[in-house]
Amino acid sequence: MSEPLLKVTNLTKRFGGLVAVKNASFDVATGSITGLIGPNGAGKTTAFTLIAGFETPTEGRVMFEGADITDMPTHLRAARGIARTFQIVQPFAGLSVRENIAVGAYLRHSARKDALAKASAVGEKVGLGAMLDQQASTLTVAGRKRLELARALATEPKLLLLDEVLAGLNPSEIRDMIPIIRAIREGGVTILMVEHVMQAVMSLCEDIHVLAQGEIIAQGNPGEVARNPRVVEAYLGHGAAERMQAMGAAHA
Amino acid sequence: MRETPLPVIAVIVLLLAVLPLLTTSNVTLNFLTFAIIITLAAQGWNLLGGYGGQFSFGHAAFFGTGAYAMALLQVRLGINPWLALPIAAALGGVVGWAVGYLSFRAKLRGSYFALVTLAFAEVFRILANAWGFTGGAAGILIPLRIDIANFQFADKRLLYWLALAIVAAALLLTHSIGRSRFGAHLVAVRENEDAAKALGVDVLAVKLKAITLSGALTAISGCLYAQKFLYIDASIAYGPWISVEALLAPIIGGLGTVLGPLVGAVALLGLGELTKQALQNFAGGALPGIDLMLYGVLLIICVAFAPKGIMGIVARLRSAKTGGAA
Repeated sequence: MSEPLLKVTNLTKRFGGLVAVKNASFDVATGSITGLIGPNGAGKTTAFTLIAGFETPTEGRVMFEGADITDMPTHLRAARGIARTFQIVQPFAGLSVRENIAVGAYLRHSARKDALAKASAVGEKVGLGAMLDQQASTLTVAGRKRLELARALATEPKLLLLDEVLAGLNPSEIRDMIPIIRAIREGGVTILMVEHVMQAVMSLCEDIHVLAQGEIIAQGNPGEVARNPRVVEAYLGHGAAERMQAMGAAHA
Repeated sequence: MRETPLPVIAVIVLLLAVLPLLTTSNVTLNFLTFAIIITLAAQGWNLLGGYGGQFSFGHAAFFGTGAYAMALLQVRLGINPWLALPIAAALGGVVGWAVGYLSFRAKLRGSYFALVTLAFAEVFRILANAWGFTGGAAGILIPLRIDIANFQFADKRLLYWLALAIVAAALLLTHSIGRSRFGAHLVAVRENEDAAKALGVDVLAVKLKAITLSGALTAISGCLYAQKFLYIDASIAYGPWISVEALLAPIIGGLGTVLGPLVGAVALLGLGELTKQALQNFAGGALPGIDLMLYGVLLIICVAFAPKGIMGIVARLRSAKTGGAA
């Protein structure tokens, strides 16, 4: 296997007495859709902020394309090709949808005409084509999630960090979103996603890392991870895996 | 925000330019000149506050630096005022950059940034009041030598037109910033710094660029003020009055719009002037400070009922008329 696009080693982040991420190491292979899952409070979003550069880790390194970016400011990581979306979507008010996306597009296109053209193209790709001239503040939650995605995508990243882009969407909206995410990967963008919607994680990701209480407790493809007793216990509580096996035996 | 088209800007500037030809009233001309000078300070404020979302309570620091630089360069160093003007503008930019570097590096935002700018302006005022070089409490007088080469005009309309031309240039600058990468970054920083960072915006650099430009524009306003009145002291140049005018005009006119500061300054100062005169006519005596009371009332009304200012009302009326979405 070739060099991973992103390599996180021994990442630790303490907030006072709380250890949000504890000695976590994982890779994101070039061209993959990799999932980072775990129960609430497991440290997924903290791990994201460390990778995107909003916080610096207490210990550990973040390597991107073989280069150490642990202490690099966020905007320079964006220039290198790391983009992220936010769990809480906040469009830039007072700007149209197209102009919102263009803020991202300006990273690689300094002329207004080029940036707006790029923004329109990305908007079409994520299904916002009909809404490009609307004020961004008029979008629905589903629209805002798409806008969040489009803005990040407009920076033309190599690695896209998706922080719960499916949260808050209804099942049909989720069904619409999955092919869009898949198409982004087909376009050559590696994706690392934090997600709670398991159906989406299972169908999208080929590699999954499971965080629980700040530590990586499992890694593998969706099937392996779902069968892993430690993962089941992290989600359902201590002893759950055994009980489920016992129940399965009883039914058989 | 829908942008103001260039032809609209051109028409408004032309209208303002022909006004002095229609009247010989000295009072009117003085009022217009003053309003245009304040507009320039307000445009400087609007760039940082309206577009960038960094509310300063201390634009007097830049206005005063411009005014003092203009006066001192002439009086103390014998530099021609036409040359002093760009130097003063550059100094205003330097002060802007320095204030910005110190406060934005320290990650001051919102009310903290506002208070720090207020403190900077007050420090400048106290220093100018105490230092012999700036004339101390007596202020500084620019000798009357009417000559175009000396930036003093026999025909008062020339100063007005000159100031208006600078305001027009500032309008064009603001308009083009609104359509540039820098403008998009400014708005992104105003709306959400974290989201802006994630999209590759160097937040500190954008803020510093804005406050430097803002400082330079407001300093030019101070230069023109000094040349109009030929006298300044610490409480005129660095006094809180100009900080208040510079922020009230864009807020009432329309934050983050090209024409907001101009519309706001003319409306604000016009109403203040009319009230003063009406009171003089009906009540017999002047009531000092009545215009400031009126400003207070206007600000409350504006914040409560028209948070997007006069330009916001205009946009609403226009979209209601065409039936289109805003």
